[in-house]
Amino acid sequence: MKEGDIRFLKLLILVNGAVPLALLMWDQAHRRLGANPQNFLILTTGMMTLIFLMLTMAVTPLRKITGWNWLIHFRRMLGLYAFFYGCLHFLCFFSLDRGFNISSTLTEMVKRKYLIIGSAALLIMVPLAFTSTNAMIKWMGGKRWRALHRLAYVAAICGAIHYYMQVKADVRQPLVFAAVLAVLLGWRLVVYWQRPKPAPLPTAKPKPEA
Amino acid sequence: MKETDKISASEITDPAVYFNRRNFIRTGILAASVVATGLAYRQLNHPAAAKINPVKTVSLAGVVSAPTNSAGGFSVAEPQTSLENITHYNNFYEFSTDKEGVAAAAANFETKGWQVSVEGLVRKPKIFDLDDLLKISSPEERIYRMRCVEGWSMVIPWAGFSLSKLLAVVEPTNDAKYVAFETLLDPKRMPGQNSSVLKWPYVEGLRMDEAMHPLTLLASGIYGNALPPQDGAPIRLVTPWKYGFKGIKSIVKIKLVAAQPRTTWGEYAPGEYGFYANVNPTVDHPRWSQATEQRIGEPGRRPTLMFNGYEEQVGHLYAGMDLRNNF
Repeated sequence: MKEGDIRFLKLLILVNGAVPLALLMWDQAHRRLGANPQNFLILTTGMMTLIFLMLTMAVTPLRKITGWNWLIHFRRMLGLYAFFYGCLHFLCFFSLDRGFNISSTLTEMVKRKYLIIGSAALLIMVPLAFTSTNAMIKWMGGKRWRALHRLAYVAAICGAIHYYMQVKADVRQPLVFAAVLAVLLGWRLVVYWQRPKPAPLPTAKPKPEA
Repeated sequence: MKETDKISASEITDPAVYFNRRNFIRTGILAASVVATGLAYRQLNHPAAAKINPVKTVSLAGVVSAPTNSAGGFSVAEPQTSLENITHYNNFYEFSTDKEGVAAAAANFETKGWQVSVEGLVRKPKIFDLDDLLKISSPEERIYRMRCVEGWSMVIPWAGFSLSKLLAVVEPTNDAKYVAFETLLDPKRMPGQNSSVLKWPYVEGLRMDEAMHPLTLLASGIYGNALPPQDGAPIRLVTPWKYGFKGIKSIVKIKLVAAQPRTTWGEYAPGEYGFYANVNPTVDHPRWSQATEQRIGEPGRRPTLMFNGYEEQVGHLYAGMDLRNNF
């Protein structure tokens, strides 16, 4: 694939990832976020974080199944959008829910289980975002980088649990995220189990016949 | 040679044209993808539905204003929540678990021929036609705070009369210690009841002294109009010092009983929703804080008041009780 095509694919994700944010800001400016805009902003940014995490993790399975290797060029940008919406989600909580009060934000974050788990998800994403550059991948080496970035699964699991825990009774939406996550993880496990076994090393060299 | 050179040169697409076509296609793909993403977002995320369903207002005849003396707690001097927000942001799982989807789901709810059975430990049990029930007393306007257990609140001008007036008509016996309430069970008219998210019908209860308290309201209207379906038409309970879920909607049965009745949310999660459910900023929900609330229509959060600001009126009902255990 040509350099220009790759750049275009990345541009596609860059622009489309910003669409939910743009519409959210548009609706906010036109007072169309419903009766409880504060809650709506917190909920929507949280959902976007989960959606982008799932999309990021769907890249490799899709690529392997379809053979469309160009999908790989989407992955970094999708992952960074997940982190971006996660940060917005936290900022909405900090400003709209906690009124910029640092001590009440921190108290709530350690007191409420769903917030501990949500914070863990966001904190896990920090090193992943930080090590997302080519230079970092080169510096760490592919193997170590891949091992670190498997933490994306942990972040997504924490995110889905965080969502599930703060729902009052209707858990259908959190369960949809959990189901998608289970499929993505399940695919990884199947691939892991079906990997070709390395040929057993000969335990002792056959002695050459004298 | 010269001639063929010329021909082949003209057959080669001008690089400028070639790149322009490419850019044209790319711009098209980009624009189409943005439209698709935008539509997908709109499909999944629709808060703006509020404007679609204007509230049908049926005038409630003869609403008299609440006693002006605010010591009784009958009228709160705080900005009232807009009718638009009251009617398009509330919980009523019988129709939808989406607070902003209830109004549309309940729009065609029919309440013709409604009856309320008042029974149990009473001397004069009776099945009331709604009209007869509403004739017991003329509706008063009561401007109450409404605090949802989820952490948001409103100020709502209800119309109705104290439950005690109905109870006086049926004459509870001395054995009656509690009042049990029941919502209509009819999955055809209340589509949310087809889902097993809660155990239907919705049931609630009050202790006798709570039920007899003058603030405890049988409401049949909002803003001087009949209750719209999404807010519990045709008749519902309002207990302003308790979390909103105690205010059972679309009531068909009121039964006087000797033992503490079961409650829907209490059965769903006994550790989270107690029988009393008094608003209390010092007793948190196990999963979230109850210290502050989001007043709908206001920026920022305001502190939640003890008994939702009705401590003066109802505090004595709970004297000596451990409110942490009896949450």
